Amino acid sequence: MRRSFLPIIVVIAGLLAIWYAAVVPMNIKMALTAAERIGIAVTPVGAKERRDRSAMRLVVQNTFAIKDTFALERPRLPAPHQVATELWNSTINKKITSKRSLVFHGWITLSSTLLGFAIGTGLGILLAIGIVYNRAMDMSVMPWAIASQTIPILAIAPMIIVVFNSVGLQGIVPKAIISAYLSFFPVVVGMVKGLRSPDQMHLDLLKTYNASSLEGFWKLRLPSSMPFLFASLKIGIAASLVGAIVGELPTGAVRGLGARLLSGSYYGQTIQIWSALLAAALLAASLVALIGLLQRLTLNRMGMS
Amino acid sequence: MTLVIFAFVFWLVSWRINFVLANSAASETRLIKLVVPVIFGITILVVWELVVRGLNVPLVILPPPSVIADTFLAKLPILWKDFIQTFVKGALSGYLIGCTAAIALAILVERFDFLRRGLLPVGNFLAALPIIGTAPILVMWFGFDWHSKAAVVVVMVFFPMLINTVAGLSETTAMQRDLMKTYSADPWQAFIKLRLPAAMPFIFNGLKISTTLALIGAIVAEFFGSPTLGMGFRISASIGQLALDMVWAEIVVAAIAGSAFYGIVAIIEKGVTFWHPSQRG
Repeated sequence: MRRSFLPIIVVIAGLLAIWYAAVVPMNIKMALTAAERIGIAVTPVGAKERRDRSAMRLVVQNTFAIKDTFALERPRLPAPHQVATELWNSTINKKITSKRSLVFHGWITLSSTLLGFAIGTGLGILLAIGIVYNRAMDMSVMPWAIASQTIPILAIAPMIIVVFNSVGLQGIVPKAIISAYLSFFPVVVGMVKGLRSPDQMHLDLLKTYNASSLEGFWKLRLPSSMPFLFASLKIGIAASLVGAIVGELPTGAVRGLGARLLSGSYYGQTIQIWSALLAAALLAASLVALIGLLQRLTLNRMGMS
Repeated sequence: MTLVIFAFVFWLVSWRINFVLANSAASETRLIKLVVPVIFGITILVVWELVVRGLNVPLVILPPPSVIADTFLAKLPILWKDFIQTFVKGALSGYLIGCTAAIALAILVERFDFLRRGLLPVGNFLAALPIIGTAPILVMWFGFDWHSKAAVVVVMVFFPMLINTVAGLSETTAMQRDLMKTYSADPWQAFIKLRLPAAMPFIFNGLKISTTLALIGAIVAEFFGSPTLGMGFRISASIGQLALDMVWAEIVVAAIAGSAFYGIVAIIEKGVTFWHPSQRG
């Protein structure tokens, strides 16, 4: 890890530099129009003239406007520091109960993510146990479980929301169902692989101990499935978060990170979109990191890492 | 009510058949392996149909499969246009651009150990993020037509593809690389004959993951704005009209397109990586 520290910093710095460099040409036309409005001489005159010019040429002709491109109110591409400021203002500087606080919206999304993740993981593990112990179930369900991963399940998210709305269920539950659905299949597939991972020697050993099949499950199959389970949990929780965010889009939801994205895109509030996006990214990263930590702790105690 | 009871009976009978088939002596044959999931699928459809009809579930909550099939056949021209707009123009072009760019960057990066060590963790991190959230931004930049959908797809497939290719290109062992040296292969030859083939299982893994991501990206991006055609547009518009049979018909199209896309990539993989243990069994 320490060996990779410097390269990671360099790569991140490089990405930020590219981002900053892209801000200038992306925003130059807007900045020039704004500058012209307050009476600064701009070459060439008139927004119409500039529309078909290449952004690069405009930058070279109007170098004075470069610093303006980083400070627009509704830029096409906000600069990193603008996004960071907005993120700071809408998390730390706002009361958490405020409708404009990202902590508030993040919590709405997080709660349905976690509820859905818990349901999906629980059902997934149960189905995996069924598949491993019941041959008919294995042969009937497993091909469909695998095939369903190639289907863009996320596309049905809006329908689930609307259908549950029409039967009177609102708020956290429909979103949680989408999250559950998305985390369900990765867990099933990973867990089946995990429960089958003990090799024949180990299974035979348990037989010579005269272990019942229940004991075989608790003492051999379940422990040896843990690495597989954690690997699929990481995929599952990321998918759950995406599901919760997309689940917030169709009803024009007023709360949640997805709603922030949508309202930002309706009103052209680009900085709001980017900060919601960054908040979602931080949430996803910390959830995956949390699972990673749990994995390390569990596997350490089991002596498997 | 009789229909519901009949559904339950049908479920029991077909499950019994599957149970017998799965535990019979012939359960390892290809035919049985194909028949059992098919029976299961048909059972689900029949039970769905019977329960929805038996309990008089309104069409706006859950249409029965027969109605969905009718809509699918009746609206085939519209569905086809949506398919072209979303899949061929949006998803496929974005998929090709994104995968090509990612593989090219991975090949460049792989030559520099420093970059590889920095880019792999960052790429892994980015691949786990809800990248679909960039859709509103890209729709704002590239307009409502398929260009913005392709852009979303490019961003979505890029990072999974990048990390898979980079991981694949560093798959070769020191022994194999030494062998190339003893053959006095120049770096280019070593790349074409050793490292690229060795990376193929990983590259195809990324390509397969990306097929689903591409379709999801193209459909979800249309929720943020689109011309008046496309699968995502049709889904959100039909939900507005409570025409759930049309929504389900689009989902059928998405399912067929998704599995066919995946299947084609898997077939190409079989041809290219025939030597890999996972393909030989």
